[in-house]
Amino acid sequence: MHIQDWSYGRFGRALALATLMLAPAAVRAADSVSLPEDPTAKGLAIAEETDRRNQGFGDTKASMKMILENAYGETSERELRSMTLENPNAEEGDWTLNVFDKPRDVDGTALLTYAKILEPDDQWMYLPAVKRVKRISSVNKSGPFMGSEFAFEDFSSTEVGKYTYKWLRDEACPAPVADRTCHVTERYPEYEHSGYTRQIVWTDTTDYQPRRVEYFDRKDQLLKTLAFDDYRLYKDKFWRAHDLFMENVVTGKSTRLTWEEYSFGNGLTQNDFSTNALKRAR
Amino acid sequence: MKFSVIGATAALTIATAATAVHAGETSVTGYVEPEVQIFTQSASGNEQRRWNTSAAAEVTFESFWDNSNQWIVVKPFARWDLRDGNRSHVDMREAKYARVVDNWEFRIGMDKVFWGVTEAVHLVDIVNQTDLVESIDGEEKLGQPMAMVSSAWEIGTFTGYLLPYFRERTFPSLSGRPAFDIPVDETQTKYESGAKQRHLDFALRYNNTFDIWDVGASYFRGTNRNPIMVPGLDSGGRLVLIPYYVQTDRISTDIQATSGAWLYKFEGFWQDQLDEQNLQATGGIEYTLYGIFDTPSDVGLVAEYVWDDRGANSQNPFANDLFLALRWTPNDEASTAVLAGTTVDLDTQGFGFSVEAERRFGEDYFVSLEARFFGNVPRSDPIFSYSDDDFIQLRIARYF
Repeated sequence: MHIQDWSYGRFGRALALATLMLAPAAVRAADSVSLPEDPTAKGLAIAEETDRRNQGFGDTKASMKMILENAYGETSERELRSMTLENPNAEEGDWTLNVFDKPRDVDGTALLTYAKILEPDDQWMYLPAVKRVKRISSVNKSGPFMGSEFAFEDFSSTEVGKYTYKWLRDEACPAPVADRTCHVTERYPEYEHSGYTRQIVWTDTTDYQPRRVEYFDRKDQLLKTLAFDDYRLYKDKFWRAHDLFMENVVTGKSTRLTWEEYSFGNGLTQNDFSTNALKRAR
Repeated sequence: MKFSVIGATAALTIATAATAVHAGETSVTGYVEPEVQIFTQSASGNEQRRWNTSAAAEVTFESFWDNSNQWIVVKPFARWDLRDGNRSHVDMREAKYARVVDNWEFRIGMDKVFWGVTEAVHLVDIVNQTDLVESIDGEEKLGQPMAMVSSAWEIGTFTGYLLPYFRERTFPSLSGRPAFDIPVDETQTKYESGAKQRHLDFALRYNNTFDIWDVGASYFRGTNRNPIMVPGLDSGGRLVLIPYYVQTDRISTDIQATSGAWLYKFEGFWQDQLDEQNLQATGGIEYTLYGIFDTPSDVGLVAEYVWDDRGANSQNPFANDLFLALRWTPNDEASTAVLAGTTVDLDTQGFGFSVEAERRFGEDYFVSLEARFFGNVPRSDPIFSYSDDDFIQLRIARYF
């Protein structure tokens, strides 16, 4: 009789973070993309182009830091290391393993996710204090990740099939790239348990990377805005945003998420994304 | 203060090896955690008091190299306790060298292993001995000397353990609380095997995931970690309990199905010891209501049943027991969590009740408050001794 180890809730919950690569792409001329006229087909085509430009990334390793700020300006920090393996099976999402460093009381806690498209992800959490690997429920899409303004579903991959789309208009991209043109597309979550009715995405027409996302809650009120910045190019092909700023327009809280030490082609295999690997994660 | 010689030796060996290792990353982390306990009932023993204080510390040295395919971990733990000399103890929780080669993993040294899926009791978890003076819930474990080899394949993961040295369970002394009313005399500890602590135990485990199913099957042969407490007399002719560690053959399984917000769990074992066969099992559900009342809060529910084919008996307090628990997590920045749980013995209606609340303060402090109460426990129940040791406990951990 005890509940000690029934306490993985203490560090928040399952984090999907499946591909925080909200930002794929290749260096291609914008004019090489021909888009259909119909707004629904056009919205889908834009998402597919974004997705296509991230194909073949193989695997990545990176470190992530989050600074949470409340309405009074008080801050707290989160740090984790993340590994991702591209899943060549288009019917499923990528594999991700995250290991937490901060807060220190969750140091060593790790999360393994096999992302799916419309089905709930498969997720296992490792609790280092009790050396326990626990399969956990992943239906918790709309919950906050580590007390931040990011919900689990905000991380989870940009798999095209998770949404239906509608192109709205083209307009100048948001600052600091206001000199560029963005496709403005609305997308509607098709997976269960989403906290959103819709999202509006600004996709840069030059590189097909997202520049801004607006999230509308279940009552269709604007809840949060996400700004992508500090894009860097890897292997001459893959863009990654290194600065993501999520602002909750209702509560005034915000979270700045920064990526560091991105590396591609680490030779990771499925062995590095098993429940055994979870126990020895670094 | 007790000290594990084997742990010290292992630590020394590995620490020496660690200093020899260059390159790779090395880290030192840990915590210091003072504790205050208040007992709400007057003591049953002359040497017991109404309050207690103690402090625990744990340090983790880690060094990884060879692209993180080889590593050394040394994790000593220590507690100082104002009242209970037995609770003041040092243990080498881990002191191991590990290496991964493709789908193979090797470990040697002191380590901790967990098997199982349920929350209330951990029936199949047998590799490590319980550090009972740390917590009566049995969650805290002593480091276990072992050599382990594990191999992962498409058809599942196979793991073998050689366990060359047995660790005795820790017990509170006469001045400790919570404690047995009859003191445990560890100087008379008995073993079925003539090899005593040096009996070579071994274990095999298979585990794999099939869609929504996570399945484990294990075999253990060696010294049962759970002693039989035999009444006897000490040198002064006083009544004492003498731990008796017997040899056991045990086959076990642990299964979890994960479907939406529901987790379904089962653990069970069959064991053969002292020429008697015994079956024990536990199972139940865990369900989480996410984002309750349109807030970020979650409410989780656990209901589990524990069964022993011997019925009510003096060796196992959980022979026909129901466990219910409720957890509330607001998912705030402080990682606040509140957990309330009760275990009811369906034979006697005796029950235990506990509440735990915890949260972070700042970046590095973690505070946990815990209360445990017992009610209606009959004399025949093995936990009767604890039933006058209701307590409230505050711990403040500083991580570094």
